[in-house]
Amino acid sequence: MNAQPGATEALAVEEASAAVGLEERPLPARAEPDGGRRVRVASGQGFWGDWQEAPKLQVRRGAIDYLMLDYLAEITMSIMQKQRDRDPAAGYARDFVPLMDDLIGDLLEKEIRVVSNAGGVNPEGCRAELGFAFADQSLPRRPRVAVITGDDLMDSLDDLLAAGHELRHMETGEPLSTVRDRVAAANAYLGAEPIIEALRQEADIVVAGRSTDTALTYAPLMHEFSWPDDDWDRLAHGVVAGHINECGCQASGGNSLVDWREIDLTLPGYPIIEAEEDGTFVVTKHPELGGRVTWETVAEQIVYELGDPREYITPDVVADFSTIRLRDLGKDRVRVEGVAGRSRTDKLKVSIAYHDGFKAVGALTYAWPDAVDKARRADEILRGRLRHLGLEFDEIRTELVGAGACHGPLAGTPSDDLPEVTLRVGVRSPDRHAVSRFSREIAPLILAGPPTVTGFAGGRPRVQEVVAYWPALIDRGVVEANVRVETMEL
Amino acid sequence: MQLKEIAFARSGDKGDTANVGLIAFRPSIYPFLVKEVTAERVKYHFKGICEGEVERFELPNLRALNFLLHRSLGGGGTVSLMLDAQGKTFATALLRMEIDVPDHLLDGSAD
Repeated sequence: MNAQPGATEALAVEEASAAVGLEERPLPARAEPDGGRRVRVASGQGFWGDWQEAPKLQVRRGAIDYLMLDYLAEITMSIMQKQRDRDPAAGYARDFVPLMDDLIGDLLEKEIRVVSNAGGVNPEGCRAELGFAFADQSLPRRPRVAVITGDDLMDSLDDLLAAGHELRHMETGEPLSTVRDRVAAANAYLGAEPIIEALRQEADIVVAGRSTDTALTYAPLMHEFSWPDDDWDRLAHGVVAGHINECGCQASGGNSLVDWREIDLTLPGYPIIEAEEDGTFVVTKHPELGGRVTWETVAEQIVYELGDPREYITPDVVADFSTIRLRDLGKDRVRVEGVAGRSRTDKLKVSIAYHDGFKAVGALTYAWPDAVDKARRADEILRGRLRHLGLEFDEIRTELVGAGACHGPLAGTPSDDLPEVTLRVGVRSPDRHAVSRFSREIAPLILAGPPTVTGFAGGRPRVQEVVAYWPALIDRGVVEANVRVETMEL
Repeated sequence: MQLKEIAFARSGDKGDTANVGLIAFRPSIYPFLVKEVTAERVKYHFKGICEGEVERFELPNLRALNFLLHRSLGGGGTVSLMLDAQGKTFATALLRMEIDVPDHLLDGSAD
């Protein structure tokens, strides 16, 4: 880790680490009545665009110590990069700024600290906007904001490739050089270390970029309990806690198949991790809010986006999810224990986004009778017109929404008596002109196509630039995380 | 009988790969899932949808099986033209699987 102190109050990381040993880290006293110390990390956002009330309810409807806000999915960095290409001040989770503006008074009063990856591809831009927002506030003290950078490898990409780091695609094995001229963003997944450093420097709000989702939960636990960074089993528990927190309400009754009719999701409580010093923890939620935490809701979230359960790889530890043991304690409390971990690998994952042509998706809705046949005929007409125009596409995909778009052949033959069906046609091509021309061929089907058609109120399909995802691995030694903690002016 | 009578599931994406986690309603059902819901059978179930290999992993503590369905999402992420580009509905697609379940697993007497 490398330190780049920005403001006068920021400490150089290496100096600070030398001056303050692990055993000397101040530990906030949050003793529970039974004597066991617990740290509560609440999940407030599971993706960019998640419910804005959730973090406010987490802060205002019960006691928590940390608020974890995860904004980044695989494709989110690509989207943020596109926004930054258009506006150099953009490229982070814009929702985060008004949210912090609303919450900052409560956070400081209740001593709740925020750990987020809201910075996206522009953490400094995010911090600057926070500064403008807080400047108008009357607060008990000036908040300290940490910015974590160093995940962005764009500027050093050619040097890395020249030095022999091929950044091969993790699934196809192709070297990055095949798409180098089209790369739009390259970010390494950073682990717990810079977040712990930010918390050690008393940050109230941590704004990271491509931080590993799970680290947003387990880094505060490592900080609070002073877990050694090679205590694999405890770290593995932290990773499971992070995996449960990182998708918000999906662990507390949202998107839950079991008993979904019975779960009140109007004002749901998002999950809260109550961790103990030994790594084990309880998943719970604020009692007065909706949602539900049971063996089933937690188990469902544990298998979400899971690969090989024995090899859940993070920058800090490899966790074995097949060792997880769950106990339903009742009253929205599920205990998690037994998790085994092993030594971290010498690689970091890199998320690379590259330009990969253009696409557009158009839709029209056909009503009873014979809705499916009308939609299919319209699709044939559309494809005939595209051929007439001499347009070529990498792919043309037709789906009938309401008649098997989700489950395809598994849904069986659609009834000829359906009340309506939506024809959804998408195209993709390296040629922007071809895609743009396609987008003008949907509306004509309304008058020059099969009857009883509607649903074109949204206008012509938007031509979207495809920014594709390229996962790769890199030696961890070449990535240097930077931490800058600054006291904001009011 | 369909798989949805004895198990629940959640699905998601990693690039062009969909994952489906299948969880038995009760502990006694899990060995039956291990025996019956094989990778080969899931690959056959998703014919026309999954164009790559199907891998299966076991999580006995959670009475769960995790399936990876490679090359199933039209390229995945922002490349895909699919309505369900992130495989969110693959969970219930798997639960459509027809399966012969012994009676003693249905009434809970085996638990």
